[in-house]
Amino acid sequence: MIGEGGRGERRLALWLCAPATIVMIAVTGWPILYSFLLSLRRADLRFPEDQEWIGLANYATVLGNAYWWTAFGVTLLITVVSVVIELVLGMLVAVAMYRTVVGRGLVRTVVLIPYGIVTVAAAYGWKYAWTPGTGWLANLLPEGTAPLTQQGPSIAIIILAEVWKTTPFMALLLMTGLALVPEELLRAASMDGANRWQRFTKIVLPLMKPAILVALLFRTLDAFRIFDNIYVLTNGAQNTSSVSIIAYHNLIGGLNLGIGSTMSVLILISVAIIAFVFIRVFGAAAPGSEPR
Amino acid sequence: MIRTVAVALLAGAVAGCGSSEGGIAQVNLYNAPQQNIQAIADRCNRLAGGRYRIVVNVLPRDADGQREQLVRRLAAGDPGLDVLGLDVTWTAELAEAGWIREWTGSYAERARAGTLAMPLDTAIWRGKLYAAPYNTNVQLLWYRSDLVAAAPVTWQGIMDAARRLAAEGKPAYGEVPGAQYEGLAVWFNSVVASAGGSILTPDGDAVALGPPALRALGVMREYARSKAADPSLSNTHEDEARLAVEGGRAAFEVNWPYVYASMKANRPDILPYFKWAAYPGIDGPGRSPLGGANFAISRYSGHPREAFEAALCLRDAESQRIAAIKDGLPPTIEAVYDEPEMARVYPMRQAILDALKTAAPRPKTPVYQNVSTVISAVLSPPAGIDPPVTLAELRRQVGDALQSKGVLP
Repeated sequence: MIGEGGRGERRLALWLCAPATIVMIAVTGWPILYSFLLSLRRADLRFPEDQEWIGLANYATVLGNAYWWTAFGVTLLITVVSVVIELVLGMLVAVAMYRTVVGRGLVRTVVLIPYGIVTVAAAYGWKYAWTPGTGWLANLLPEGTAPLTQQGPSIAIIILAEVWKTTPFMALLLMTGLALVPEELLRAASMDGANRWQRFTKIVLPLMKPAILVALLFRTLDAFRIFDNIYVLTNGAQNTSSVSIIAYHNLIGGLNLGIGSTMSVLILISVAIIAFVFIRVFGAAAPGSEPR
Repeated sequence: MIRTVAVALLAGAVAGCGSSEGGIAQVNLYNAPQQNIQAIADRCNRLAGGRYRIVVNVLPRDADGQREQLVRRLAAGDPGLDVLGLDVTWTAELAEAGWIREWTGSYAERARAGTLAMPLDTAIWRGKLYAAPYNTNVQLLWYRSDLVAAAPVTWQGIMDAARRLAAEGKPAYGEVPGAQYEGLAVWFNSVVASAGGSILTPDGDAVALGPPALRALGVMREYARSKAADPSLSNTHEDEARLAVEGGRAAFEVNWPYVYASMKANRPDILPYFKWAAYPGIDGPGRSPLGGANFAISRYSGHPREAFEAALCLRDAESQRIAAIKDGLPPTIEAVYDEPEMARVYPMRQAILDALKTAAPRPKTPVYQNVSTVISAVLSPPAGIDPPVTLAELRRQVGDALQSKGVLP
């Protein structure tokens, strides 16, 4: 039962939330709705006279197009491979950061440097490093190899840049998970004869699961929307477009707001599915929800 | 305190964007990188006598980057753009979107006066003039006269000569832009035009691609599988073609005239045998690809009169002479070709003028970007062309692009 005072407090709470909610609706809700409306139209800036409602025709066009599915496949590949590598490396780095006794501050600072560098600036660093003639990495390859002009090597370099850049972020999230593991539990286990590996797999990992799932969720959503690294390294040449790059090319390069918005909506749906799978299927705690 | 700072910043920003400084209209030129454009603008500023002052803004080096920056600003109605340096293929798109102004009255008359017909046509969309031609360009056939006595006239002629040269163990390749990029679409466009056809109907509203296109696809397939084809044909852009001839691997190339200056600098020993001829065709001489740049005036320019005047000065005969001699950009005003220095820098100028009479303009359509992307994707690699199947695929995808159903990769 809510009393008279409780109801008043509730109303006050709603009033206090209102400004933030209105701002949220204005800056996220409206653009999402607007791009959904655009995706139902022939909205091509090159044909301003021919704008019309065309229902789901744009979706049929995009979903029936080979470029879109290539980009989708490339995005999934980059997402899965880079997140897996980041998880393993991130765990190693997290343990190292957590267990370091001497120079702890220095180690943590050094590890975080790649994450502190602007992605575009780092991507240019990688690009020049892999450019034949001027690049220190390209010069290690046999004469005449230009890795950024072929699909496979380009994707490998994109993944490398992505992993180098975001492993520290993964490590940071995982380290907060490590801090949750009580030291006594590990000592007790070791008294019972559990070796290092057993302690890690039977105690540390299960206790860290919420932190790991949140880290994976964040990184998967990020990796799926990958844009800057690809934009700088290949700009989608040789079938290396991600879904964000192909949406950008159609929206800004092609001036086709209908097709571009359709792609944006499809990306939003994909991201929602990823988040749903993580939260419902794997049971990751949604950020802000009560710990179970 | 904070408010004072904010107001001061705002005032500064407004002054920075301001269109006039002490009564002199500021005309912002957005142009592709060109070494001596500042000198050309300085000359116009002197001639303007205080009516306007051109400020040069340099666009990115690659064509896609240039177009992207321009359309992004134009879509947002940016008043900071006045004169726009456009690739010849963008006229239809920007005109149809309503972003560039029609040239009328005395401005149009001055832009047309003495201008070569083909470059002028690239500035026209649906019968209206939307830009003033600045420079032009045509591809020619370049060959080694120490390897062949006379230049081949047709693609078949190059294939025959290559077979002979290969049998003698001499450099035999004839370089073409075969990589998956706009150059491949440009090559296809020229072969189709040489066969008497076109990609789109003249109004740009529908797909043409009739029997001549089928014939063109057959020629390209045969060429890519002949002795004339460099093994790296499907990865060759203009620059790799140039390097293959300079490196002594190839006997022929179709390319823009800049290869001559490059040969002079890099391989003076080959230069005496490095000759040019008309672009190859099918039954006779072919129709060259046509390039170049035009100046247009933004719809959102705050002082169009000064912008039109500035654009006309930037492309007048003297400006074009400077651009031609110092930056290697062939002029669009015919009389400039008679300047004495032109003979030294452009020994091939008569071939350029001849090619300009028959050159094959690229498809005029607002969706040129999609059309060219689709063509290069479908035709790549050229050795894999299967004429009837490839033609059907081209017709379908180009048709989709015209209906805003084209998807860019």
